[in-house]
Amino acid sequence: QLDFWLAPRGPGHPVDVRVPFPSLQPLKAHLEANGVSYSIMIEDVQALVDHERTEMLRGRRQLPLSTNTFDYATYHSLDEIYTFMDLLVAENPNLVSKIEIGRSTENRPLYVLKFSKGGTNRPAVWIDTGIHSREWVTQASGVWFAKKIVLDHKNDQGLASILDKMDIFLEIVTNPDGFVFTQTQNRMWRKTRSRHSGSACIGVDPNRNWDAGFGGPGASSNPCSETYHGPYANSEPEVKAIVDFVKNHGNIKAFVSIHSYSQLLLYPYGYTSTPVPDQQELHQISKEAVTALSSLYGTNYKYGSIITTIYQASGGTIDWTYNQGIKYSFTFELRDTGRYGFLLPAKQIVPTAQETWLALKVIMLHALDHLY
Amino acid sequence: DIDDVGHKYHLELVLEDILDKDSTVNCTAEVLYHLPNKNLPPDVQFTIEGELKNTDEADSMFYNRIKSLEKELVAEDIPDSHGNVAPEMEPVRLLAWVASGYVIWQNSTENTKFQLAQIKHVKQVKRSDEYLEFDYRILLHEMVSQEIIPWQMTVLWHPHHGVQVTQ
Repeated sequence: QLDFWLAPRGPGHPVDVRVPFPSLQPLKAHLEANGVSYSIMIEDVQALVDHERTEMLRGRRQLPLSTNTFDYATYHSLDEIYTFMDLLVAENPNLVSKIEIGRSTENRPLYVLKFSKGGTNRPAVWIDTGIHSREWVTQASGVWFAKKIVLDHKNDQGLASILDKMDIFLEIVTNPDGFVFTQTQNRMWRKTRSRHSGSACIGVDPNRNWDAGFGGPGASSNPCSETYHGPYANSEPEVKAIVDFVKNHGNIKAFVSIHSYSQLLLYPYGYTSTPVPDQQELHQISKEAVTALSSLYGTNYKYGSIITTIYQASGGTIDWTYNQGIKYSFTFELRDTGRYGFLLPAKQIVPTAQETWLALKVIMLHALDHLY
Repeated sequence: DIDDVGHKYHLELVLEDILDKDSTVNCTAEVLYHLPNKNLPPDVQFTIEGELKNTDEADSMFYNRIKSLEKELVAEDIPDSHGNVAPEMEPVRLLAWVASGYVIWQNSTENTKFQLAQIKHVKQVKRSDEYLEFDYRILLHEMVSQEIIPWQMTVLWHPHHGVQVTQ
């Protein structure tokens, strides 16, 4: 009955627990009888959830009716984003289609939008957002990118030339279970929502669950940790779905996984300090991409390999994709640098998406001009 | 590297006023991280070249506003999930930012990078003297481990006496 929001980690560490009403008195009595001090953090969780829900529904009584009336400058619920996807496909059936690549732990569909002007199994670009659920500006940017591709695919020379030869795959909510959890229970939730035997703690870090240096330094074997790598590589259905998709497709040439925050553009490796063979080229692309990004609003980005720029991290997405032969593998850490962190004000969604799109175009154009 | 003592870093940095991006001031600092077994917070020495902006007016306004509240201030989730901060809560957030800086300093090592992620709860505590006292429950985000760490801090402030973190 007790729902631990901060699970027991050992003596001296605080524990946060949500207590259903009938258990309140017995729990208090039990704690007091055992001399365990406690304080009430939230009097009424339901009230908070209700309040948040009304906030999110305010001004959006109905689900959006078209992608032209959709509000890109606010954060949306999973249902709203899934509705958006269907609207986009319906409005642009010759360009956009929706693919279900799998199901999450809690059985939510994992959707990928495919942008294609034809052909069969063309070389492709993959972009994912929202793999870490609390990084809300990423899913919001993903929604914006989807609309941007549709708006610009004819009149923007760069994008038109990309789509002439390549397909774009975009997974907007890569971790839907985590996303729903951030909206209903814990805004700071990062991981998936899987339960693995032997632990009271929930969730695996989907960016430590890939088969590249899996389980090595730079990930945790503690299920209660935010960087828990999971019991084995690809244990998480959200990760396995992408792995299967990439392997089956066989022709992905650029792979970009988007996170927040820190304002960084990163390339492999994270699990080892050995530089990748294509280090120089990836470094040069990063430089150009970051220059393009900054040109819009002056936002400063640093760039480099994961291990030299941010920290050692094993089992990461782009280390695996690079080792699969996808040379142009990059990770973004979007705005900001800590002032708001994960809680980036909604008014920064569109500027963030706009500047990031410029960097994405640099990467995609480079891939187009250097197909392998 | 200093044998038996730790690692010393010499830094040259530019401080930028959060509220006025064009207002910058140069700063040099020396940070000494002690050896991990000593369990000491880093030593920091710094010199600011020039002057920091005068904030008397804004300080007084905030101070007087809080002093004249009928009931003690209470608030939650600053910023909220969408990054919103009510304008009247902005000074409360800035105060938490400063105070969390102290907490972060006291808990930093060469392998940590902390940020204030959110104020979960703030409650003003009534005082008979001239100080303002706030009880904050904050969330710190630690970048390397990616953990969200709840922290409780009691903060005292007065326009002429600065910020103190007492607990």
